[in-house]
Amino acid sequence: MYTQALDSPGGAAAADAHERERLERFQERIDRDEKIEPKDWMPEAYRQTLIRQIAQHAHSEVVGMLPEGNWITRAPSLRRKVVLIAKVQDEGGHGMYLYSAAETLGVSRGELIEQLLSGRAKYSSIFNYPTLTWADIGAIGWLVDGAAIMNQIPLCRCSYGPYARAMVRICKEESFHQRQGYEIMLTLSRGSAAQRAMAQDALDRWWWPSLMMFGPSDAHSVHTAQSMRWKIKRFSNDELRQKFIDVTVPQAEFLGLAVPDPDLRWDESAQHYVPGPIDWSEFHAVLKGEGPCNRERLEARHAAHEAGRWVREAAAAFAEKHQEPLRAAQAG
Amino acid sequence: MNEDWVLYEVFIRSRSGLEHKHVGSLHAADARMAIEHARDTYTRRQEGVSIWVVRSSDIVASDPAEAEELFEPARDKVYRHPTFYAIPEDVKNI
Repeated sequence: MYTQALDSPGGAAAADAHERERLERFQERIDRDEKIEPKDWMPEAYRQTLIRQIAQHAHSEVVGMLPEGNWITRAPSLRRKVVLIAKVQDEGGHGMYLYSAAETLGVSRGELIEQLLSGRAKYSSIFNYPTLTWADIGAIGWLVDGAAIMNQIPLCRCSYGPYARAMVRICKEESFHQRQGYEIMLTLSRGSAAQRAMAQDALDRWWWPSLMMFGPSDAHSVHTAQSMRWKIKRFSNDELRQKFIDVTVPQAEFLGLAVPDPDLRWDESAQHYVPGPIDWSEFHAVLKGEGPCNRERLEARHAAHEAGRWVREAAAAFAEKHQEPLRAAQAG
Repeated sequence: MNEDWVLYEVFIRSRSGLEHKHVGSLHAADARMAIEHARDTYTRRQEGVSIWVVRSSDIVASDPAEAEELFEPARDKVYRHPTFYAIPEDVKNI
């Protein structure tokens, strides 16, 4: 990074010393828990790490609308339907907050969308699983949003201001998502034998993918150490996963459902649940594009992007024609 | 590659009597669309009663590198705060 500085007279040594000093001062700001704002100097690696993480997060929110959107027309009651529409709309809004936060780092919205559509950008592996029954909508709200909350609450204290502020907003909204999901599971688990079986089946299919949402175990996580030093991350993947397991297992017990892990046991001395081994080959396969719905999800994003093209063009043409600013709105 | 719409900064008045406060940004083709998108993006839960949108490119900001010379001088002027002045307890209503 900053290789152009090496061409300047005075040579590499002076540039290196200057760079080292800036890095040290930056780290001191982080250590003092100061927030970094868009116009502040930051190391290029810090900027790139954040762009990658925030963009992945934004893409996950947007792609995350697809599995749940699948059930809007088939929600079992009007109440469930308006709730699901509101939730899916929230996910779209979360994507917008996050794209905006990423853009403060100097990447354009167009580039970010292009990276998603071309398959170069990643999004959370969880959204490559299908929603086969209505109970899946309950399981997603309860487990997937529950895991997301676990991940996101520490991000509200992230060192980068715009990301932290977006996360505060998202976390406030996310709690409703998890509760509506648990309510669906509760209704099904107190229902007929067929409904209980449907709830159990959903838990069976979503449990392990939800645990994988926290990412590879600490020993194999490439970015964790540096991200913790920069206070982008506050807890390691395994710590967050453990917290999630500890709060979720009793919730499953309350529903009368069985967590699909024969090795799961309570460790009295550690005061933690100890899960069985996670099948990481599945996680890596889904990340590589071999999950059940990877292709379908990207196709749906492409279709939406193309179907919306004429709307964007028409709006741009209209704006071009009516350049007059909206005075009424400015009067506020 | 199609170009992005104009970037707008969004300010929301949460209820009457309070000031508009910056909440985030969004893209829109024009100001009217920016208001509509701001309504959908930032006020889904009655967060506001009024919206301002401003083109981001129209905002002039102070330079973080100049923060010291801009704001440091105020640090040693503690006499601008009421707590700088010692008044005997017996004196009331001051």
